[in-house]
Amino acid sequence: MSGEALLELRGVSVSFDGFRAINDLSLSLRQGEMRAIVGPNGAGKTTMMDIITGKTRPDTGVVRFAGHDLTKRDEAAIARLGIGRKFQKPTVFEALSVRDNLLLSLKGLRSPFALLFARETAEEAGRIDALLETTRLAPHARVQAGGLSHGQKQWLEIGMLLGQEPQLLLVDEPVAGMTDAETMATADLLRDINRTRSIVVVEHDMEFVRALGVGVTVLHEGSVLAEGALEAVSADPRVIDVYLGR
Amino acid sequence: MTGGFAFRGVVRTAAAVLAIAALLALGSLLPQSTPLSVSPFVVTLAGKYLAYAMLALAVDLVWGFVGILTLGHAAFFALGGYAMGMYLVREIGARGVYGNPDLPDFMVFLSWKALPWYWWGSDHFVVAAVLVLAVPGALAALFGWLAFRSRVGGVYLSIITQALTYALMLAFFQNGLGFGGNNGLTDFKDVLGFDLHRPGTRAALLMISALVLAGAMLATRALVGGRFGRLLIAVRDAESRTRFLGYRPDQVKLLVWVVSALIAAVGGALYVLQVGIINPGEFAPANSIESVIWVAVGGRGTLSGAVIGAVLVNLGKTLFTAWLPELWLYGLGALFIATTLFLPQGLMGLGRHLVRRRAEVTPEITRPAGDAA
Repeated sequence: MSGEALLELRGVSVSFDGFRAINDLSLSLRQGEMRAIVGPNGAGKTTMMDIITGKTRPDTGVVRFAGHDLTKRDEAAIARLGIGRKFQKPTVFEALSVRDNLLLSLKGLRSPFALLFARETAEEAGRIDALLETTRLAPHARVQAGGLSHGQKQWLEIGMLLGQEPQLLLVDEPVAGMTDAETMATADLLRDINRTRSIVVVEHDMEFVRALGVGVTVLHEGSVLAEGALEAVSADPRVIDVYLGR
Repeated sequence: MTGGFAFRGVVRTAAAVLAIAALLALGSLLPQSTPLSVSPFVVTLAGKYLAYAMLALAVDLVWGFVGILTLGHAAFFALGGYAMGMYLVREIGARGVYGNPDLPDFMVFLSWKALPWYWWGSDHFVVAAVLVLAVPGALAALFGWLAFRSRVGGVYLSIITQALTYALMLAFFQNGLGFGGNNGLTDFKDVLGFDLHRPGTRAALLMISALVLAGAMLATRALVGGRFGRLLIAVRDAESRTRFLGYRPDQVKLLVWVVSALIAAVGGALYVLQVGIINPGEFAPANSIESVIWVAVGGRGTLSGAVIGAVLVNLGKTLFTAWLPELWLYGLGALFIATTLFLPQGLMGLGRHLVRRRAEVTPEITRPAGDAA
């Protein structure tokens, strides 16, 4: 794993009330890479995302992104550095229209004072239209986000991530609750996004991971159990043990 | 249905406020024999309602649009009132009971020899006007900064706001604080040389209140209607999501919180000018809770509803307390419960519902699925 890593976790541990959710976790992601993180429930996948995005502070360890120390920054600062996060449960602003959801996500104005007098520029309108196309939500632009289907909300949230123009996307179970067709379309979308951005995707759905065709990291009890191509990893007896046997 | 953008009637409500205030103000200047004549008492009452409507507007701004259930907003209202009251007390000058040209009566009574430093400049209207905004604004900024930065929210924040106003009430009851103790500030004579007891002054104050209220309504509408308003709704409904988008919801809340406190403070100043007294009772937690009820009854998150709710509930209070004073609190409680159970959108929601029923007979069919606004 040569070249400078975009994202690097080294020896990261965090405990909640004595329970070690993350245990000496080390992980490194190259610029432009897409990586799938798999692991049984409780393996620490979501906690890892929380650490990277500043929601949880690690007890020990190093978390670096593009040369910045993430452990000293809050969520907003980390988001502004260029890390976007999609939650497991689609989290969009339900009372706002699809368009307004995307407008708020657009990279740029973040200070409340700047927003007070801000008007939507033609350039911003163009970016929103492009996002609506990418996420196939153009026909629903004026619809309240709360009225979208589950799959559409997932896509809207991915659209909001893209609006932030992050270098790195953290995507938590993007295809949970999607139909097979939606799942495959989402795989295509992520591959497409990966041409310009790095992605970490957490997913249970092995078909989806296979469709992504990317390197896999298996987490177990808060640390890396195995890493490599999906075929190699799924043939690893330890992985089989954790996933299937017991 | 969230009520987030249901404030299109704000301009109409503001116009109605101005029209009614103008009718009452002009009517009070007519000779009493004419049919449209209005008693000065009614003008003062209307002025009081409009001052309360400012408080309700302030509460709706933070509760309806950012989801901060404040149970202490009357603190900012009362502080604004005290700042104006200080000026009005100084205007009394040597016409007080003790005839002391330099010290307000209550300070003479306490055998104080000189004005405390924080009363300096209070004989100038401009200083008073600045204090009306500066003191509640600074308190709101400090309180909000501490609370929002520590991510205190929900019911915890509500309890702290109650504690804030309660603490202020206890402090203002102290004679030693220098604001007249439990009697507060009263016996005002005039403002900027205009006799406060003359019908003309009262009519003018009512019109000024209506203009200020209408201005505040339009300003808050601009605040919540634009891009910033979208962010407010986003913070209200999914605060943590806004953080991961790179926003700082604590800053957003702080900004709105301070603006809201300023609106409440101006309401308090207008209140004192017309009601003629301010005392620590204005800080009572019950007042803040009542202001939340006005907003709930009128319709949270609609701006117009806050104003309508404040005026109607207080009108009801005036009538009710004249009839059956001991039953008013029960009536108010019942009103709140009934609103919560049957009118979650308040009177504004009821109005919209009736309009819609008339407009379309079968809304399920005429409106496409998923577009239920």
